[in-house]
Amino acid sequence: MRKGLSWFNVTSIALGFAFLYIPIILLVVYSFNASRLVTVWAGFSTHWYWQLFQNEQLLDAAWVTLRVAFITASVATVLGTMAAITLTRYGRFNGRMLFSGMIYAPLVMPEVITGLSLLLLFVAVNIDRGFWTITLAHITFTMCFVCVVVQSRLVTFDRSLEEAALDLGCPPLKTFLVVTLPIILPAVVSGWMLAFTLSLDDLVIASFTTGPGATTLPMRIYSQVRLGVTPEINAACTLLIAIVTVVVIIASIMTKRQEMERQKAERLAAAG
Amino acid sequence: MTGKARGRWLVVAIPYLWLLALFLIPFLIVFKISLSQDAIAQPPYTPVFDLAAGWAAFRESLGELSIDNYGYVLSWDNEFIEAYGSSLWIAGISTVLLLLVGYPIAYAMARAPKSIRPTLLMLVILPFWTSFLIRVYAWMGILSPEGLLNQLLIALGIISPDAPLQILATDTAVYIGIVYSYLPFMILPLYSALEKMDETLLEAAADLGCPPLAAFWKITWPLSLPGVFAGCLLCFIPAVGEFVIPDLLGGSDTLMIGKVLWTEFSVNRSWTVSSAVAVLLLLVLVVPIVFYQNVQQRQLEGR
Repeated sequence: MRKGLSWFNVTSIALGFAFLYIPIILLVVYSFNASRLVTVWAGFSTHWYWQLFQNEQLLDAAWVTLRVAFITASVATVLGTMAAITLTRYGRFNGRMLFSGMIYAPLVMPEVITGLSLLLLFVAVNIDRGFWTITLAHITFTMCFVCVVVQSRLVTFDRSLEEAALDLGCPPLKTFLVVTLPIILPAVVSGWMLAFTLSLDDLVIASFTTGPGATTLPMRIYSQVRLGVTPEINAACTLLIAIVTVVVIIASIMTKRQEMERQKAERLAAAG
Repeated sequence: MTGKARGRWLVVAIPYLWLLALFLIPFLIVFKISLSQDAIAQPPYTPVFDLAAGWAAFRESLGELSIDNYGYVLSWDNEFIEAYGSSLWIAGISTVLLLLVGYPIAYAMARAPKSIRPTLLMLVILPFWTSFLIRVYAWMGILSPEGLLNQLLIALGIISPDAPLQILATDTAVYIGIVYSYLPFMILPLYSALEKMDETLLEAAADLGCPPLAAFWKITWPLSLPGVFAGCLLCFIPAVGEFVIPDLLGGSDTLMIGKVLWTEFSVNRSWTVSSAVAVLLLLVLVVPIVFYQNVQQRQLEGR
């Protein structure tokens, strides 16, 4: 690309970001509104946050959601990384087409279909629906996202490093842990975070696969939102946004630092 | 098997079996139930295959399967065909809008100085990390009749307080919601295609006297096509089956198949009809999904 931005470029970036951010900013601002009416400003207040912390149902739902998301992200990261290795390192094998199809299809599959099909599976094998069925469903669709993230890192990295270790007699598992994993770690970490937030966020698949006793935060928010906009929900949303923003910023600083150290080490190795 | 071969086998087999059991087999079950009939029982459909009952009983249950649900869904008396059509239409228009909004942003990002590109990229991704539901909800407060948009327009004197714009609960709100929620999915593939472009091509074109706009259509646009395809498919396919956006932002006359399936399932409680709806939706989407898989494969597996 040629250097320098035209006024057209600057305007499109400015308008684009305004479009992306203004709704979220308004939502956050109005969570501090003293009035019950969400659209009339009546002074600054943290009243809705106190209200929120007394809402047992919402807190319970938040706790369920966090546990589901944590287990989901951890299992999905392992499975997704395995799948990524399979697709980038193992060349052709019987059933490869089917495998890559099953990895890429869930990325775009409408949630209502995924949700319905998993529910019918859980009914067919007759297991109690609730916490664990939501978790199983979430692992299944998030592992595909992890796989794609890790894959894009595996494709770009220098395979001769792995081959050198294997030629020198390092066993495959150890090669993976000592050579491959440190290099792809930033991608694995962002895969974990992606799986975590996707699980945190999911309404449709969780609603299909849940049973009595397991209500997630999006389900709770959804049932209140259907009745209209309330400042309490604004407050809950603001807290979620704050948590995600902090985690994403910390993670991006961490991966950036790691990347810089890796590049420095590579330069040193090349010089020495 | 040697230890090495066994390790390799496990790495392939675990995710493979997982996806077979929890992604592929569920579809076969959906297909089977779409051929069954609703029943007041547990589970609420019939026939139920019982392999323990022996071959004869199994064959008898097989005979009970029928395509009645498909006849019901595909009959013009019911709203399903209309819902498929209007879902494809809404998703198609939204995808065009997304491309029109997303392309200039991705283009400007790819032209920005290298030092600020990661920050811009992060700013595009950040809203995607915040909850989808929250982002749709944010628009409810903006678009409602007494909402912030109407307040702004009234304060500016553009519209009169007695006649606020009715946007919430219309198809317009659905378009806004889809464009807003899927914008990062459009920008990211476009950006990665545009960023890879060799800038000397444009310089050469300029040196040879090609005007900038012609250079764009002859060089930049064709080279960005992989990104355009990836972005459009990534937005179009899930948008066809979208449920949350038409439910929260659309009106009662906004007909989208994701919402119809949900209603059929949770309100009408007909598992067999919702399965048939799902199978047909999958059939409608199978061409774009296969197309998308090819795009993905080329990008990620270097083939």
